[in-house]
Amino acid sequence: MLRFVASRLLSLVLSLVAASIAIFLVIEVIPGDPVSYMMGMGASPEAAAALRAELGLGGGIVERYLGWASGMVRGDFGISYTYRVPVAELVAQRLWVSVPLTLYALALSTFVALPVGILAASRRGRPADWAVIGATQIGIAVPNFWFAMLLVVAFAILVPLFPAGGFPGWEGGLWPGLRALTLPAIALALPQASILARVMRSALIETLSQDYIRTARAKGLSEGQAVRRHGVRNALIPVLTIVGLQFSFLLAGAVIIENVFYLPGLGRLIFQGITQRDLIVVESVVMLLVFSVILVTFAVDLAYALADPRLRRRA
Amino acid sequence: MRVPVQLGVGAALTAVFALAALVSFVWTPHDVTQIAVSQKLQAPGGGYLFGTDHLGRDVLSLLMAGARTSIAVALVAVGIGAGIGVPLGLLAAAGRGRLLDEVVMRGNDLIFAFPSLVIAILITAVLGPSAINAIIAIGIFNIPVFARVARGGALSIWPRDFIMAARAAGKGAARISAEHILPNIANLLIVQATIQFSLGILAEAALSYIGLGAQPPVPSWGRMLAEAQTYFYADPRLAVLPGLAIVLTVLGLNLMGDGLRDMLDPRLRRDAL
Repeated sequence: MLRFVASRLLSLVLSLVAASIAIFLVIEVIPGDPVSYMMGMGASPEAAAALRAELGLGGGIVERYLGWASGMVRGDFGISYTYRVPVAELVAQRLWVSVPLTLYALALSTFVALPVGILAASRRGRPADWAVIGATQIGIAVPNFWFAMLLVVAFAILVPLFPAGGFPGWEGGLWPGLRALTLPAIALALPQASILARVMRSALIETLSQDYIRTARAKGLSEGQAVRRHGVRNALIPVLTIVGLQFSFLLAGAVIIENVFYLPGLGRLIFQGITQRDLIVVESVVMLLVFSVILVTFAVDLAYALADPRLRRRA
Repeated sequence: MRVPVQLGVGAALTAVFALAALVSFVWTPHDVTQIAVSQKLQAPGGGYLFGTDHLGRDVLSLLMAGARTSIAVALVAVGIGAGIGVPLGLLAAAGRGRLLDEVVMRGNDLIFAFPSLVIAILITAVLGPSAINAIIAIGIFNIPVFARVARGGALSIWPRDFIMAARAAGKGAARISAEHILPNIANLLIVQATIQFSLGILAEAALSYIGLGAQPPVPSWGRMLAEAQTYFYADPRLAVLPGLAIVLTVLGLNLMGDGLRDMLDPRLRRDAL
């Protein structure tokens, strides 16, 4: 087990280094000089050089990379070109929107998808199953931003239950914040819930054909009991992988949804960073997203190895 | 061979939109670049089957030309992904367990770790927003998908007897991959291509929606939706129609992919996923 963890940990670190180099290089290619952007055309060369040094833009490419990467490790993400505040501060503010939104969507998706998938699998081939297959097929095909627009018209304009956009902050209490995040979370969750329901269904169908289910039935369990006690538990492994992977999908999908609802989250921060050429912000937020994906994958791998010793040998 | 129902439905849906896209090259009911503000926001009927948009352009014509953009972007992106990914996957399988295989697969894992949409946004921001750059951004993320499918498929073919025979006949790994492995994994690749095609259409729509895809005057479904957002309450038709076009195209491709998989490889039939 220790060897497994060590080897996974090594590949985790290597992935992070490779990813950071890739992101750094992409950003280096972006045309436009942030200093001339910030100071305007009439800036004196001395003032420009001073700002360049302050922003950590001086020196060779290797030096700049090392400066940025070592800063990231220490939690120092640099200073935003446009906001003139530490990027870490900006990111921390935005995380209070993006992380709750992602978790909200993940919770919605999981709580809807699992029962629906279980229902379809245990009614295989019957009308309920076909209804689920049809609905999930459509759910996967709907662009989440379009669904978001429909939700706004239905539940913010026609029946004004939720705000159409914006975020009041958490200072006013839990409920106003949650209310503002509800429609975005539903829009974000729909495609993921459809995928998850399908995975749950096919995993459970696979499990229900196993001998131990027949044994469970033979020893006197009802069909429902057999499904619940032996089927669902064993079918959860592939489902959990997908839930792990979806975390990153949701975080990235939020970029679009946050723009639909004008939510001040990480997605809007990246978007604004790109349009304002605030590259240090873009660089840091993208790195943070990639880091969280790699970390979640690592955690899922580890959780498996703990649950199933057969998987440890894979390393 | 029985043709699955979903394949029929999917192929029919896809054909409608592919046909609309093809026809739009030579004919649309009205000129999509022609702005006639006096004709703006016309209700359906009276020479405009689906009415006009906020600039007086014919919505049906825009939808047809938009189909062209969506399909072209997704198709070329699939081409890039398959064109680079499949050879890489075959190469990795041929050099199984060796350094090459390891490098290709780790590279793949790395691309998978990037949230594709965010990187697509980044790439289009670096290169400038345009349909071509959207193709590149979407295409890059198709590469590891095809490489993985090709490698997995190829690994299951390599131990077969007929490959042994080909080796005995003196064929090299590259030639075996092209002549014997590739035809035997074509099924898998076609199914994957259909799935990536539909994902490509969704990605293109998302990029155009936030203004990083096709630029005016090139019509695109994503941008139609973005423009319709302001008029949504006054005239929901403008936002509903392009959305439906996206949903039906993606649905058609997904159904087609599922149906093809069932038909081409009954062993893989698992009803879902």
